[in-house]
Amino acid sequence: MSFEKELEKGQFCIPECTACKKLVWPPSEFCDKCNGKISLRKEEFEGKIIEFSRQNEEYFCVVEFGNSIRIIAKMMTLPKKDQIVKISKCGISEGSYYFQII
Amino acid sequence: MSKIGIAAYGTTSFTKDDQKIETILHKSTNDLFQKNPNIDKKEIDAVLVSTNNNSKYLAPILSEMTGIQPKIAHSIESLCNSGTNSIVSAFSYISSGLADMVLVSGAERYDSPGQILEWDNSRGEFKHPIFWASIFSKSYKQEYGISDEELAIVSVKNHKQAKENPNALSKKTYTIDEVMNSKKLTDDLRLLNCSRPCTGSASILLASEEIIKKYTDSPIWITGIGQKTTSAGFTKNPSLSSMESTKIAGESALKMANHNISEVDVAEVHDAFSVCEPMALESLGFTNPGEGMNMIKKLNETNNFMINPRGGLIGCGHPLGATGISQTIEIAQQLQNTAENRQTDNPKTGLVHNMSAAATSSTVLVLEK
Repeated sequence: MSFEKELEKGQFCIPECTACKKLVWPPSEFCDKCNGKISLRKEEFEGKIIEFSRQNEEYFCVVEFGNSIRIIAKMMTLPKKDQIVKISKCGISEGSYYFQII
Repeated sequence: MSKIGIAAYGTTSFTKDDQKIETILHKSTNDLFQKNPNIDKKEIDAVLVSTNNNSKYLAPILSEMTGIQPKIAHSIESLCNSGTNSIVSAFSYISSGLADMVLVSGAERYDSPGQILEWDNSRGEFKHPIFWASIFSKSYKQEYGISDEELAIVSVKNHKQAKENPNALSKKTYTIDEVMNSKKLTDDLRLLNCSRPCTGSASILLASEEIIKKYTDSPIWITGIGQKTTSAGFTKNPSLSSMESTKIAGESALKMANHNISEVDVAEVHDAFSVCEPMALESLGFTNPGEGMNMIKKLNETNNFMINPRGGLIGCGHPLGATGISQTIEIAQQLQNTAENRQTDNPKTGLVHNMSAAATSSTVLVLEK
């Protein structure tokens, strides 16, 4: 089970070290702390908006999950800092990840 | 350790021209040799090429084109701070004794692949640098109560200073209103807040203390070097309103040079976007956090060219692989009192700040007469 295969199916997973339980980001085969193997946690994760701006009608937000994983995700409604959000859509398009939050 | 200094330099104008990377590299190197005809090419032990261009084997190619047969020849890439990384590598070759004299030549085309870090998938579909710059701008403005009008002063100042630089891409000056009314890229970024990719090259020759006196009566010594990489991905930045890697690199460079930041008379800082200039000044310690804009406003009002005398990246343009070398040449010219209309008041100590990918890595150099 690879992070990207799951992402392609629209499933956002959190990579976690099987040995030391550290959340590893960006996704990797090995833990950057203890070099252990990685497994994927599949849940409906909640994230917090750290910062955001807007281009045209789309907001782009820095969102933090589990106090360590940060991504930039699209949001179609006005965000607020510290707002708790979930990933509503994700995938890979032309080699790049994409994330949308609500 | 014996001293290592700058023996010679050359540059091209920064343009939007469509030229081959090999041609651009050759032009700045040729400028260096034309201005310093006494340089014995047989004494050049290493040729380092700084670029993000995809062309291969550029250092041996440049060596052949310029009639040099070095012991060491290779390229160095580190996105926007490839140039100062190359200078640090040249310094290291000389200080290790592997070389006595090293040619560093940096070049980029306007369509450089180095503008976007494809690997950084944490940015999702927002990989273009305008998105991290917008996030930095929003965060910085909110944290310190800075307005868009205030940030626009960075662009006004640096375009004004670039007008005195015959090699700069920008030939125009702008008002705060013109910056504020330039094309809106995001809610927090206008076109004139941005440096522009361009075509350009800069070359510099570093030499050991024993050799340098054969070639110049006014060597500029590299007395401090600091580098730090905190991550590669933008979202790993611990702060969105300061530059951690710059802070650490600056402290290391000043410690090595045995100086305080208050002793720096002139500096080139990496203003890839307007917000980067106050953030860099604060992270380097020129001001307290949140007070960088006060310094910039004062410099602008008094026509003091102390920060980014060549016009910075915003005024000069940003040919990635050449930028750090061009910044270093500017500070060398300032210390030699040869910067003509851009000359600051008899500076003794200068600083170069060059960074990559939203300040995930930084290089700081201290230069002295």
